[in-house]
Amino acid sequence: MTVTTERSEHSPEKLLAPVLSAHWDEANSWTLRAYLRHEGYQGSAKALAMDPDAVIALVKDAGLRGRGGAGFPTGMKWQFIPQGDGKPHYLVVNADESEPGTCKDIPLLYANPHALIEGMVIACHAIRSEHAFIYLRGETVPVLRRLHEAVREAYEAGYLGTAERRREKLGVDGLPGLDITVHAGAGAYICGEETALLDSLEGRRGQPRLRPPFPAVAGLYACPTVVNNVESIASVPSILNKGKEWFRSMGSEKSPGFTLYSLSGHVANPGQFEGPLGITLRQLLDMSGGMRPGHRLKFWTPGGSSTPLLTEEHLDVPLDYEGVGAAGSMLGTKALQCFDETTCVVRAVTRWTEFYAHESCGKCTPCREGTYWLVQLLRDVEAGKGRMADLDKLADIADNINGKSFCALGDGAASPIFSSLKYFRAEYEQHITGGGCPFDPAKSTVWADEPRTTLGVTA
Amino acid sequence: MTDVTLGMPQLPAPDYPAEVRSRLEADAAEVIARYPDSRSALLPLLHLVQSEEGHVTRTGIRFCAEVLDLTTAEVTAVATFYTMYRRKASGDYQVGVCTNTLCAVMGGDAIFEELQSHLELGNGETTEDGKVTLEHIECNAACDFAPVVMVNWEFFDNQTVGSAKQLVDDLRAGRTVTPTRGAPLCTFKETARILAGFPDPRPGSVEAGGSAGPASLTGLRLAKGEDAPGRVVSPRHGGAPQDEAPPTHPSSHDAPQRTSASDPHHPAGPVAEEGE
Repeated sequence: MTVTTERSEHSPEKLLAPVLSAHWDEANSWTLRAYLRHEGYQGSAKALAMDPDAVIALVKDAGLRGRGGAGFPTGMKWQFIPQGDGKPHYLVVNADESEPGTCKDIPLLYANPHALIEGMVIACHAIRSEHAFIYLRGETVPVLRRLHEAVREAYEAGYLGTAERRREKLGVDGLPGLDITVHAGAGAYICGEETALLDSLEGRRGQPRLRPPFPAVAGLYACPTVVNNVESIASVPSILNKGKEWFRSMGSEKSPGFTLYSLSGHVANPGQFEGPLGITLRQLLDMSGGMRPGHRLKFWTPGGSSTPLLTEEHLDVPLDYEGVGAAGSMLGTKALQCFDETTCVVRAVTRWTEFYAHESCGKCTPCREGTYWLVQLLRDVEAGKGRMADLDKLADIADNINGKSFCALGDGAASPIFSSLKYFRAEYEQHITGGGCPFDPAKSTVWADEPRTTLGVTA
Repeated sequence: MTDVTLGMPQLPAPDYPAEVRSRLEADAAEVIARYPDSRSALLPLLHLVQSEEGHVTRTGIRFCAEVLDLTTAEVTAVATFYTMYRRKASGDYQVGVCTNTLCAVMGGDAIFEELQSHLELGNGETTEDGKVTLEHIECNAACDFAPVVMVNWEFFDNQTVGSAKQLVDDLRAGRTVTPTRGAPLCTFKETARILAGFPDPRPGSVEAGGSAGPASLTGLRLAKGEDAPGRVVSPRHGGAPQDEAPPTHPSSHDAPQRTSASDPHHPAGPVAEEGE
């Protein structure tokens, strides 16, 4: 094998596969007109001509799994909706993207909101829903503007609206009406948890519900409800349009298809990378210029701060549901936050834990109290005021949160604690024995390596 | 009868003037009509009353309760759960510096520290001219543009200490400030109205900012055989700090906040913290 062929096999053109992001670089990519130029609403045209159950079967056979973190098969979620029950059915899109490190749905909705709306048209047909909601986190107003506009365009074009109007515009007999309501949240990470999201959408404090009953049986307004992540729904139109074989030609048997990987942190070129599931961090770093010059990867998250940390030894782990699971972590949201050797892991974990303590909704004791005490201990350790016994106590408290709290927020809070103690216990001990943090935070900033001469320039 | 008030606010809270009330009622009816159940309109309506007064007042809470047939206690319970609802009068521009781990490490802590000393403000405080409220925020889903600063929930990507200082100076001086992604800035109240579900009425506001930010296109450009783009950074107005103090813990703002009051003479809720 020559060097040239080897290069081409590992070239970004071969390794990446932009689908949702394919036309983000075009002018006005977010408009209906641009979307239609790229086979927009062809998937929904095919779906609306099909029996709803056949659409569910197709999505199930394609093997699409939830892109919001848990990886539950999307088609199966749809299949759980009871039919002929006489109740309204609802589709709720979870666009409350707030997991630290996660930054895929927001750019997707900003540059290509119609992929989501077309996916919603298909999903509503499949589960027989006539009213769908997009629960967008409130802190992203530019995205809200484009969703407002995209929904308006979709009404105008007849993809949404009354039954009569849709039948006339789309030329499909027997089509029911469909409404989409864009709903802006008000700042609460917990509302990304699907049952907390439903309570929030019902105008209440966003606190998770006891399950069962699951949302598929008693969700929004106690009616059968599907809650799906933005990227999951936005991936559906291409499956309908290009077929399940095309989708399955990417990724692995259990993790088929394409997805968005978000590279951030101390890397030379952060950003969104859309490709088949199963790509490795090493491949992504190799193609994008690696870590910032002169530095080494120290630790990273595969899918946001709630997924256990990985290290340099995991660079070749296939980034799919099974691969990352086998490495002791979770694929999560594919938020690849990379930190180099200048970063203090105790500082990083302390800050994440402060986040979980702040965002804990207060409903259950293990999470509410546990995250509070983790923060107290971690602050002491970071400041050099901790004791060795505190490290075991940290692990003990994390163990009392993990799997014992009401929802997955608690499990997420425990993940950075367990994984950092596993890989970097010595660094924690160093803080205690050395009486403080051995790292200089100035060295980890993006501007740390700039020549000092440029620093004197003031405005 | 004595005049002992026990620090409790006088009930009911003052109503809006009739003209404001009828205008907001028309808006509220439009919001409520979007949902199968009226209570679902509560979050948008709290954004709506915030667009009227700049924060959620007792008057706003009373309004939401009346139009949705809830008690003011039920509305207050919701209003105090979510961080985007302000409980006291604040600035025209909400400047939020991301200090979640990734942004903090990449420079967010340094930016927040510097802005605090530059503006002489603590977390959640407002400049005397009423222009800028400074706070640190959690991850805002723009990690590939770190460090990130949000102003009225518009993105200011790839910030430095210098660019952030320039940003707040410009805001205070009334100079035009353009987000890295998104529309030209409007005031906090105008933003709150968009959040209530009323599309931005300004021509060109939807297309402003282009299709996607540079980092969003990194993978696409590589897939098309183009070279990785160079890292895009904001103009360095002031560069990095010369003598950077080690960051403290800006996330320690979990102490209970007061509920807002319509006017200082009628404070809402207990006026003294427990044990005081």
